Amino acid sequence: MTGGARKNDGSGKPSPEEAALSARLRSLGARLGSTQRNRPVDENVAARQGSDPSAIARGFRLSTELVAGVLVGAAIGWLLDRWLGISPWGLIVFLLLGFAAGVLNVMRAAGVSGQTKG
Amino acid sequence: MADPIHQFEIKNIVTLGHIGGQEIAFTNSALYMLIAVGVIALLMLGATASRSLVPGRLQSIAELSYEFVADTLRSSAGNEGMKFFPLVFTLFMFILTVNMIGLIPGTFTVTSHIIVTAMLALLVFFTVIFYGIYKNGFKFLKLFVPSGIPIYILPLIVFIEVLSFLSRPISHSVRLFANMLAGHITLKVFAGFVTMLGGMGFLGWLGATLPLGLTVGLTALEFLVAFLQAYVFTILTCIYLNDALHPGH
Repeated sequence: MTGGARKNDGSGKPSPEEAALSARLRSLGARLGSTQRNRPVDENVAARQGSDPSAIARGFRLSTELVAGVLVGAAIGWLLDRWLGISPWGLIVFLLLGFAAGVLNVMRAAGVSGQTKG
Repeated sequence: MADPIHQFEIKNIVTLGHIGGQEIAFTNSALYMLIAVGVIALLMLGATASRSLVPGRLQSIAELSYEFVADTLRSSAGNEGMKFFPLVFTLFMFILTVNMIGLIPGTFTVTSHIIVTAMLALLVFFTVIFYGIYKNGFKFLKLFVPSGIPIYILPLIVFIEVLSFLSRPISHSVRLFANMLAGHITLKVFAGFVTMLGGMGFLGWLGATLPLGLTVGLTALEFLVAFLQAYVFTILTCIYLNDALHPGH
C-alpha cells in the first residue's frame, strides 16, 4: 500500500493515488457484496448440530436433553393427576411419553434422526 | 475451609420496595448484570467510535463477534433468520460477558442461578411460539406432525413431539446453569484443598502443589466452558428460531 494515503491531504481535489485507491475500494465493496449474496446457506442443520466443538459439551448436551424430556413428562403427568384425580395413570403414561420425547431429543441433538430439521 | 456454595449467595444491596409482601431489591446479581451490560456497551461503542477501514484491536473484537454470531445464525436459520440477529447477538454477548466476569476471583456469576438462565431460555421459547404463530398461523402446528408417519401412531407421535418441544427451555437453561455452577464449585473445592493442605506443614505444602496445579488447569478449562456455553446457548437459540421460520419437517 502507498503509505497512509487514506486521508485527504487538505486539498479539495483527491490525488491520483487517492482516486486509484477509492476505485479499488469500490471494486472490493462490489466483490464483497456479491460473495455475501452468493454465500452458501447450509441447510443441513443435522450436520451442524452434530459438530459441537468439544466432547464434554456434547456429552453434557445429550444428557440434559434426555433428563429434560423425562422431567417435562413427569411434571405434566403429575399435574394431570392432581387436576383430574386420575392418579397414578397420568404419571405413568406421561412419564413414558416423556422418556420417549427425551430419547427423541437425544437423537435429534446427536444428528441420528433423519428429521432433525424440525 | 471456605464454603463452596457461599459464592452463589444473593445479597441485597438496596431494597427498592415491596410488592405483594415480596421484597424487591437491587441485588449483587442485578449489579453484575448491569456491569456486564456496561462492559458490552462500552466495548461496542468504543469499537465503533472510530470506524476505520483497517480495524484496530477493539474494532476487530467487535467485528469478529459480529461475524461469528452472524455466521452461526445464517448457517442454522438461513438468511431469513438475520431479522433475529439483534436478539441472538444480545444473548450471546450477555452470556459470554457474564460468564467471563464470573471467572474473575471474588465476583458473582449471574448465570450460575437457574432463574436467570431459565428466563433467557423462556424468552427464546416464547419468541419462537409467538413469531411462529404470527408468521405461519395455523401451519406452525405442523411442527408437531412429522410427515410420513402412519396415521395409527400419529397421536402418540404428536404427544411425544409436544413434550419434546416443551422440554426445550428446560434443557436449554439447565445446560448453561449446571455448567457454570459445577465449574465454579469444582474450582472452589480444589482451591480450598490448597489452603487446607498448606496448613499442615512441609509435607502439606508438597501435597498442596497437586490441587494448585489442578486449579490452574481448571481455570483454563472454565474459560473454555464459559465461551462454549455461550456459544451452545446461541446455536440452540438459532436452531429453535429456525423452527419458527420454517415449521414442518
